[in-house]
Amino acid sequence: MAEASQAQWEPKIIGFLCNWCSYAGADLCGVSRYQYPTNVRAVRVMCSTRISPHLVLDILKAGADGVLLGGCHIGDCHYISGNYYTEKRVRLMKRLLEESGVEPERLRLEWVSASEGEKFSKIVTDFTEQVRKLGPSKVKKDEKLRSRVAAADDASETFRLKALVGRELNLVNKGNVYNNKLDPAELDRIIDSATEEEFERSLILELSMSKPRSVKELGEIMEVPTDKVLRHIVALRQKNMIAMEHPEGFTPTYKTIVIGGEQ
Amino acid sequence: MAVTDKVGAVMVVGGGISGLQSALDLADSGYKVYLVEKLPSIGGVMAQLDKTFPTNDCAMCIMAPKLVAAGRHHNIQLITNADIAIVDGQAGNFTVTVRQRAFRVDPTKCTGCGSCAQKCPVETADEYNEGSKVRKAIFVRYPQAVPLVYSIDPEKCIGCGICSEECKAKAVEYDQKEKVFEIQVGSIIVSPGFEEFNARLKPEYGYGVYKNVVTSIEFERMLSATGPYFGAVLRPSDGDIPEKIAFIQCVGSRDEHCGNEYCSSVCCMYSVKEAIIAKEHGGSIKPSIFYMDLRAFGKEFDEYYNRAKNEYGIRFVRSRIAAVSEDPKTRNLILKYTDNGEPKEEVFNLVVLAVGLTPAADAETLSRVMKFRLNDDGFCQTGVFTPVETSRPGVFVSGAFSSPKDIPMTVAEASGAAAKAGTEITSARGTLVTKKEYPKEKDVAGQEARIGVFVCHCGINIGGVVNVPEVMEYAKTLPGVVYAEQNLYTCSQDAQERIKGKVEEHKLNRVVVASCTPRTHEPLFQNTIKEAGLNAYLFEMANIRDQCSWIHMHEPKAATKKAKDLVRMAIAKSRLLEPLENLTIKVNQQALVIGGGVTGMTAAIELARQGVRVHLVEKEKELGGNLRKLHYLPSGDDPMEHVKRLEGEVRAEKNVTVHLGTTAKNIEGYVGNFKTTLSDGKEIEHGVVILAIGGQEHKPEGEYLYGKNKDVKTLLEFKEMLKKGEAKGKSYVFVQCVGSREGDHPNCSRVCCTGTMTAATKVKDKDPQADVYVLFRDIRTYGFREKYYKEAAQKGVRFVRFDDERKPVVEDKGGKLEVKVTEEDTGKQLVLRPDYLVLASGTRPQHDAEELAPMLKVPMTKEGFFLEAHMKLRPVDFATEGVYLAGLAHGPKFVDESISQALATVSRAMTVLSKTTLEAEGIVASVDESLCDGCGICVPTCEYKALEIVAHKDDPKKKMVDVNVGLCKGCGACVGACPAGALTQKGFRDEQILAMIDAALEQSKKQEVK
Repeated sequence: MAEASQAQWEPKIIGFLCNWCSYAGADLCGVSRYQYPTNVRAVRVMCSTRISPHLVLDILKAGADGVLLGGCHIGDCHYISGNYYTEKRVRLMKRLLEESGVEPERLRLEWVSASEGEKFSKIVTDFTEQVRKLGPSKVKKDEKLRSRVAAADDASETFRLKALVGRELNLVNKGNVYNNKLDPAELDRIIDSATEEEFERSLILELSMSKPRSVKELGEIMEVPTDKVLRHIVALRQKNMIAMEHPEGFTPTYKTIVIGGEQ
Repeated sequence: MAVTDKVGAVMVVGGGISGLQSALDLADSGYKVYLVEKLPSIGGVMAQLDKTFPTNDCAMCIMAPKLVAAGRHHNIQLITNADIAIVDGQAGNFTVTVRQRAFRVDPTKCTGCGSCAQKCPVETADEYNEGSKVRKAIFVRYPQAVPLVYSIDPEKCIGCGICSEECKAKAVEYDQKEKVFEIQVGSIIVSPGFEEFNARLKPEYGYGVYKNVVTSIEFERMLSATGPYFGAVLRPSDGDIPEKIAFIQCVGSRDEHCGNEYCSSVCCMYSVKEAIIAKEHGGSIKPSIFYMDLRAFGKEFDEYYNRAKNEYGIRFVRSRIAAVSEDPKTRNLILKYTDNGEPKEEVFNLVVLAVGLTPAADAETLSRVMKFRLNDDGFCQTGVFTPVETSRPGVFVSGAFSSPKDIPMTVAEASGAAAKAGTEITSARGTLVTKKEYPKEKDVAGQEARIGVFVCHCGINIGGVVNVPEVMEYAKTLPGVVYAEQNLYTCSQDAQERIKGKVEEHKLNRVVVASCTPRTHEPLFQNTIKEAGLNAYLFEMANIRDQCSWIHMHEPKAATKKAKDLVRMAIAKSRLLEPLENLTIKVNQQALVIGGGVTGMTAAIELARQGVRVHLVEKEKELGGNLRKLHYLPSGDDPMEHVKRLEGEVRAEKNVTVHLGTTAKNIEGYVGNFKTTLSDGKEIEHGVVILAIGGQEHKPEGEYLYGKNKDVKTLLEFKEMLKKGEAKGKSYVFVQCVGSREGDHPNCSRVCCTGTMTAATKVKDKDPQADVYVLFRDIRTYGFREKYYKEAAQKGVRFVRFDDERKPVVEDKGGKLEVKVTEEDTGKQLVLRPDYLVLASGTRPQHDAEELAPMLKVPMTKEGFFLEAHMKLRPVDFATEGVYLAGLAHGPKFVDESISQALATVSRAMTVLSKTTLEAEGIVASVDESLCDGCGICVPTCEYKALEIVAHKDDPKKKMVDVNVGLCKGCGACVGACPAGALTQKGFRDEQILAMIDAALEQSKKQEVK
């Protein structure tokens, strides 16, 4: 039966296309009658940069099997530099997907100009096949995976990652406040380690939301060394995001602080 | 100005507890102080400590007031993030070139709100927490940091620009450059502190490799509520609570393999403390301390050690740990050691390495730049009679920079160095300090309250949560409020000008600021309204940040409601505020020093050189005290020579009047105004008293045949024999801890071990063939004194450790002594037949202490020594102002330590004697004479001895209490105790407090409408 359902399954893919280039390219593709699979549901946005990691991760949580992002070629952005940011953000999204255990290949960023109708059809065809090979996304059904994606989602929303990724371009291209241009590799290293940290911290919060957990338990579930888990808990407690439960025996447990909203 | 002119300013290099104490003393006695610190904020290592031994006081709680005082003192200029580049000139007139690294934040604009750090996306290891927590690239070292100015870590900043955008005060300046400038000072004090020993240099303990091996300072941070685990003790490998913790002592101390042969003096005690605190944190924790000698040599330290053993059940194992290995599965640690000769292995969940103290990281640079010498171990060189002097005149030293030492000794040295620094430039005292002038105070008596309310946004710290405009509008509706406004930062310089303007414009007679905490900001606003001609006590504050917006960040509506309540309460009190007067007390600028030993003479000479008339009272017929009896000092210096030198100096000082063969019969009065009657009937008026009455060697009558056999001597008696060449024999036995660490004298006498080394070495020097045995419990040759222990051992002195349960037994076998002792480690019995038995008997207080204590209303310890105001931070003060103590009267100690304390009392005394008047507190207690019936219940509640029962003013047959406002500190203890409702505290009257409570409970109709 599994094979049968596998055979009947069709990947659900969401496409975000920028108004000025890729959406226009898709239009041209239609005009030119290039065919491509029906799996992509396109959403028009003014610029690819509108798409936050949160949106993408949310879509994956909601059951999408793949997300395609289309923007103008580098240097062509209608809004001058939007796609540079998209590029940096997609790098972050892929890192977060990797962290969470979702195949990063479920997300693809492509530059499609208004004159590249044919290219657009090839991209959609190719991406659909790629997602088909990956099989149905397990995010919705697999509880463990879902919590990891949720953690990735939370991590993507942290000010730290937003700030680092948001500033990356200026720091590398235009120079920082000291008029130094940062080495992109060095900055990538900083962002990568921040991504890993923020993801793992978000996962700790996610896992400790419903029940208190010990460092060892978290380490086991997350497959992260326990000393590292503890260091994350230190940082989270500095931010007042997790609290120690009264320890019974020798193993304290921690519970996420659910922030009370407006009554 | 001529080169020889003295400059009335002092530079203090190093802003730890030592530098702080020096700076505060000097600034309070008429000198301008530049406090230079290499880190961006002052506080040093003490600011990192959780608790302090032997009182288990919270370190930050006792230190913070000094930090704030130094930060706000108008005669102290803090120069942080700075190094000393060049020192030119000579004593009395130095030109110091200072290099100050860029903060990249304008300290005059930064309000310390912390919005920048919250948003900074760069995380890095937090040095204050020894890397166990995270901080941002823009940071303050710790939350209570002084100055509270953020700075950018140039190594970590990626230059993203976010902090600048976040900063509403526009304080961030990325292009700020390093500043190099020159400062003229008369004296310099160096107190850069120490570095912790790098535990990686002892690879056998696995630090840096095994996660669960931590250093003592890391463990200290772990114990702290502001530490990584918020005060819980957890294993870094997996977050479990460790059941078994091993403390390994002497890591990087007493160890020739790593080059540090000296003892670090403090590790035994801090480990005992850390073990006790760990135990208090979790009863199931079982600490074990592995040590060689447990060196609890300070005042009441042994009692603390005994409590650790007996009350807390901490296990002490005498053994040096050879190596630590890890079980890779559990990450537990396996310790290998020998116990009574047996090799053992034991598993622990956590290992704490008691790392030693090594010279300050910049010791060599400082010595090169300032041109003073370091000793062989790399610490600053000092002499036994010059404990706070470097080899360069005019440059003084204090704290752990000259030798590893604890906080009380450091604080005493810091005051001592301040005294020396002040003496150098006495002629320039008062020339560089400023006194603030205020306009004449407006008379607001009988006026209706006209309250002005200033509500602060604190950037977004308050305004981002609390609806500030709404709070401000609400304030306007409250009775008595005639004006209200909101400010982006009410503490900014321009806001002060606005407040002054509004006081004028609206004829305000009360001011309320709703912003942050009064603990840091009240003095600022009080100063502002004083500049506007209002009495400082017509000010009230509502804390709507630290205790409202910051803790209700996700409940803006509720936070706004609470802010209104807090403002309503402050306004309710402010309506009832009244101007208070700071009474002035005249100061008699003479001093009385009781005791003419080395301590008293040192204090008298130093005071005299600072221009003070001194009466030095000595009960014996000659000066010199115990120093005359020492004969030998371990350093080789001659004590008699020093006595003669001091005597000559005292005689030559025309400011000193010596009263020999005299005692103080009666002392009356209070700070600035004492009157003393001497035993010869003379009367002396003076402003301060220094108690330097010394101590005495215990005569252990009957013990070990002392007094029964002529060959049994005390250590001092034996030294005299040695000096006179009367000690003729082939065999000597010394017994330690005679009358110390036992019975009614549970504490260590501190000096006997080293004294024994000196005598034993002398014997061996004279006759290398002599048999010399030292029978001991722990050898406590702390600090650099360890080398005398080593020297004695090298010369063939034999050491036999005995258990306090099995003390040596001495018998007289036909006139010949026989000593039987069981060696603790092996259990073997030794029989010795010495020609002389020398008893290292303890130091005891002088009996006159018991007569002086009630006269001066000062407390004593159980053992009869004087008890200072605070064991850690006020080692030479009493709670009673104007009375100080030093030397053996405080407890057993060495000559150099007594000299440091003597100098410290001078510095403390000069904070009083340098002034003609003292200003009393405004918020003092006052008594309603018609209600007081003189019951006296209040009197013992006053720690400052400000209350006295006197004849009633109206009816001399009745009694009443009199408040000495000169001594009252404004705590209100007596008010709470008064059964008649006769006592009240100004500024905290019942009506004022009740008005706040009523306001808090009031259901404001206006609020409900909103």
